[in-house]
Amino acid sequence: MDPIQTLIKDLANKHGRTKESLLPIMQGVVERESYLSERSMVEIAREMDIPAADVYGTATFYSFLETKPTGKYIIRVCKTITCAMKGKTQVLFAIQEMLKIKMGETTPDKRFTLLETNCLGWCHKAPAMLINDNVYTELTPEKVREILSGYMKQNGINQN
Amino acid sequence: MSKKINLTINGFPVEIETGKTILEAAEKQGIKIPTLCYHKDLCVAGNCRVCVVEVAGQKRLSAACATPCEEGMEILTNSLKVRNSRKHIIELLLTEHNADCTKCYRNGNCELQTLASEYKIMTQDFIELVPLKKYSIDAYSPSIMKDDSKCIRCQRCVRTCAELQGVNALTVAHKGDEMKITTFFEKHMRDVVCTNCGQCVNHCPTGALVEKNYIEEVWEAIADPKKHVVVQTAPAVRVGLGEELGLQAGSRVTGQMVAALKRLGFDSVLDTDFTADLTIMEEGTELLTRLKKALVDKDDSVELPMATSCSPGWIKYIEHMYPEHLGNLSTCKSPQQMFGALVKTYYAKARNLEPDSIVSVSIMPCTAKKFEAFRPEMYDSGYRDVDYVLTTRELAILIKQAGLDFDKLQPVKFDRLMGESSGAAVIFGATGGVMEAALRTAYEIVTGREVPFENLNITPVRGMEGIREATIKIEDPVEDWAFLDGVELKCAVAHGLINAKTVMDEVKSGKADYHFIEFMACPGGCLGGGGQPIPTNPEIRQKRAEAIYAEDGALSIRKSHENPEVLKLYKDFLKKPLGEVSHHLLHTKYTKRERY
Amino acid sequence: MANSHQLKRVDFIFRNENDWERVLSNTIKKKPQELINELISSELKGRGGAGFPTGLKWKLTSEAPDGQKYVICNADEGEPGTFKDREILSKVPYKVLTAMAVCGYVAGANQGYIYLRGEYKFLKPELEKAIDEFEYYCKEINLDFKITIFMGSGAYICGEETALMESMEGKRGEPRNKPPFPSQAGYLGKPTVINNVETLVHTFTIFKYGSKKFYDLGVQYSRGTKLFSVSGDTPKPGIYELELGMSLQDFVYEFGDGDTKAVQVGGASGFLVPRKKFKDAAIGFKGKLTGISLPTGGSMMLFNSSRSMFNVLDNYLEFFREESCGQCTPCRVGCQQLLLGIKAVKRGDKPASYLEKLLRLTETMQYTAKCGLGQSVANSFSSIVENFREEMIY
Repeated sequence: MDPIQTLIKDLANKHGRTKESLLPIMQGVVERESYLSERSMVEIAREMDIPAADVYGTATFYSFLETKPTGKYIIRVCKTITCAMKGKTQVLFAIQEMLKIKMGETTPDKRFTLLETNCLGWCHKAPAMLINDNVYTELTPEKVREILSGYMKQNGINQN
Repeated sequence: MSKKINLTINGFPVEIETGKTILEAAEKQGIKIPTLCYHKDLCVAGNCRVCVVEVAGQKRLSAACATPCEEGMEILTNSLKVRNSRKHIIELLLTEHNADCTKCYRNGNCELQTLASEYKIMTQDFIELVPLKKYSIDAYSPSIMKDDSKCIRCQRCVRTCAELQGVNALTVAHKGDEMKITTFFEKHMRDVVCTNCGQCVNHCPTGALVEKNYIEEVWEAIADPKKHVVVQTAPAVRVGLGEELGLQAGSRVTGQMVAALKRLGFDSVLDTDFTADLTIMEEGTELLTRLKKALVDKDDSVELPMATSCSPGWIKYIEHMYPEHLGNLSTCKSPQQMFGALVKTYYAKARNLEPDSIVSVSIMPCTAKKFEAFRPEMYDSGYRDVDYVLTTRELAILIKQAGLDFDKLQPVKFDRLMGESSGAAVIFGATGGVMEAALRTAYEIVTGREVPFENLNITPVRGMEGIREATIKIEDPVEDWAFLDGVELKCAVAHGLINAKTVMDEVKSGKADYHFIEFMACPGGCLGGGGQPIPTNPEIRQKRAEAIYAEDGALSIRKSHENPEVLKLYKDFLKKPLGEVSHHLLHTKYTKRERY
Repeated sequence: MANSHQLKRVDFIFRNENDWERVLSNTIKKKPQELINELISSELKGRGGAGFPTGLKWKLTSEAPDGQKYVICNADEGEPGTFKDREILSKVPYKVLTAMAVCGYVAGANQGYIYLRGEYKFLKPELEKAIDEFEYYCKEINLDFKITIFMGSGAYICGEETALMESMEGKRGEPRNKPPFPSQAGYLGKPTVINNVETLVHTFTIFKYGSKKFYDLGVQYSRGTKLFSVSGDTPKPGIYELELGMSLQDFVYEFGDGDTKAVQVGGASGFLVPRKKFKDAAIGFKGKLTGISLPTGGSMMLFNSSRSMFNVLDNYLEFFREESCGQCTPCRVGCQQLLLGIKAVKRGDKPASYLEKLLRLTETMQYTAKCGLGQSVANSFSSIVENFREEMIY
């Protein structure tokens, strides 16, 4: 068994193999792999004995279940009303400039993927973003640069 | 249980059983409420919203298909509010839909087009969304074309593929404005578990899913003086074609169909029923041989139950879903492919034709047959055994294009050599028919007597129940089959792949003790095939089935082994069932495929 | 302003109470019927947005035939401008868990779920700890009740109760046809009570202090308190527990920046109230309040005169276009048409009169959409277009 199969088998052992376990299993794969590949969806279908098309149909419904390759860190900047009012655009510019990627892209070193997302529930501390599961609020271009530098340092990335 | 409740529809009182929907109550009143996502074969989705009606006292409208009747309801199906809302919904659907109707395969038989026409949507004020979407066309399957620009997202195809067929090749993916009907990972239909059964095509209200048509190719062959174009027609076509040409469901048009085919310019009009009878000879013998090996020789390697192999949708299904059980399949090719293999050998020789000058066309109630003809195993004549497969619907198009007044055609008989058939062959078109035909022959071979059913009608295997079982006890067999004395032959019939799944799961778990199972991919068997007229629904299937059995009853020969042309074929060419020539031309192998 | 009153801050929800164990054990000493009556007489209505009477919800499920039943806490808070449930779950999780267990006791359910939106995953570890401790106590008092967290994965529509159940069943979060309602056939087809996080905490208050204490707050048809998520152009964004029934005028006086042009009440699916209507708008549930009464999940977004109402509507519509589940025609196509339509009018590609066509479209969406999402797009659309028509055109 390869690592994907092992991971999915372990997740199925933990959550069960009935249809209700589909989301938890997919979330478990995303937690480890950061996205759901074709391969992992086939393995999930096999392990749960459900149609592969169902897995794909369900996965694509949820915006946190990526089905395209992503970086290790997925940055999701909130674009809903209050964040939009409070400077989300400037924050986005700062991120794009720093990572040299556009919206929806992944850095060549596969570290960061930049996405927009709908309301994160931090409207009183707008603008807000998620990096994987971690929340960052009251963002400014300076603050976001600092946060990203932290991630880069942590990953030994030279910032030049 | 059937407590009645009272309500009014447009002011008129209606009494109806509890649990019925507003749609059903209106239908009872003779009021048609427009629908799109609703289909009698499928569960209620309630997502298109064109069936909305007004219920007095409620601000919001209710979807008639999804709302149960309640005591005292006052329903308006045509109030101004209802009309305006409905019109809006149709307009909205049209903005998302490639409404270039004159260039659409379903032009003239499209539910959205009909609705737009009824509601006289003459202008388009809303913004056209079609140019903004990256719609794609999947034309890679030999059977089915999928054009997303025509899709109205009613999900009938998805429900068909899941509920009727248990295949789940299609799914709904993404959400919001990006929501679409697609396959696993948005692959081409040919690259997923699709069985090509075409039920999605038959259930699609628009032109989003249509058969891959070979109309022009056939016209070209007919026009080519160097080609000898032979056509075969499947049993179920003769009870479906009339519908497509404006006749009542269940009209039997065999003779007119033959007449039409001759006028279209086919050089020889022959009958798939002929090879249906041949299939019974081969498959019946195969079954008896397997039984002998299992019961007398105690050969453990014999795989029982034996499963029929006439339905190419079923074949692809078992190849994907139960590849470990391919040994249970009869090795017999389907009647279409037996016919194809014989046309370019036996027929060519008898008519003194070069096989490569023959173009072999078949008219089928089926889209999976198109795929079957393309299978690499189907070149046993040395050529492609069947060149083009047309559906019942495509034949109707040929007839219309040729300007034939179908109604006025005088019935004509099939051409000879491969045109004779028995009633047993005709009933191949209905679920249970192959089983009944096989039993009529096998029982008689084994006992020397006719099957013990009045008028040869083996009623236990008939009907529309998804899975049916029958047991026939063999008593007092002839000497050759003495070992079968007292054996209870256990048979089952399943139609619609979701029912095939139930039976196969039992086979797989070892719970099923059948000897012989008939599987048909489509609900109702071939008469409900993916290539049959649209709409097909439970009532229409019933009428077609009645026509099939009437056709059987009207024929003088009712048993496959009495078909004189089949007997001649064995005498002149094949020598004996399961013989060497048969083995080469009439039997095949299957391919293991991936389930995911 | 006969029925509305000055803004009153109240502190029930976040009041630090370490007596949940006592509240739980005392409450389940009472008969289920008593507790249902208590809830009914409190007139508590659901705080998620739809405002269904909570007591009735519990009653219907308790009356469903015995067998497996479920309690679900809806923590899929996704309405733009709403963030109260997150705060409740991080500050007073025990009140939520206690209320769920009482609900289970009343309805006859021994399994509870918290459907937590994916965006709040960071809450999960703490919440799990709280659940462990809570279940331990349940065992001690012989109360058979388990709570499991079910994580969402980023889909606004899963806040709709039947979509949420579909999601828990491993499917796309597409709302179901109703009837049947969850009290008859909910999660896995079993009778299910599903309540918003805040609603559950209010039941805690009611069971602890009695229904009268709750009922005495608020106004007719809108009893008790409500958490308000305040954001936008305000000097003090945050979460506030206020007595229901106040006038929007008073609210703006308290939270506005002195230049408030409009307030969006109830999130993107609620209404936009322009300045000239502040004094007529009372914040509460639909009923016979004078003036405008507003559906309320508690989101209050303030906009000052620097804001373009076109941009606001554009932002909402983009949100709905993406977050619609996509199954029903009026919502899926309607949202696309509204968004493209206002842009076309703004660009001058469509005449200003096209706005009327769009307003009629929102009416159709309200009448015909399958669920609350599509039905309520009309709220913000019509209230913005009607009150700020000029901004839509020029």
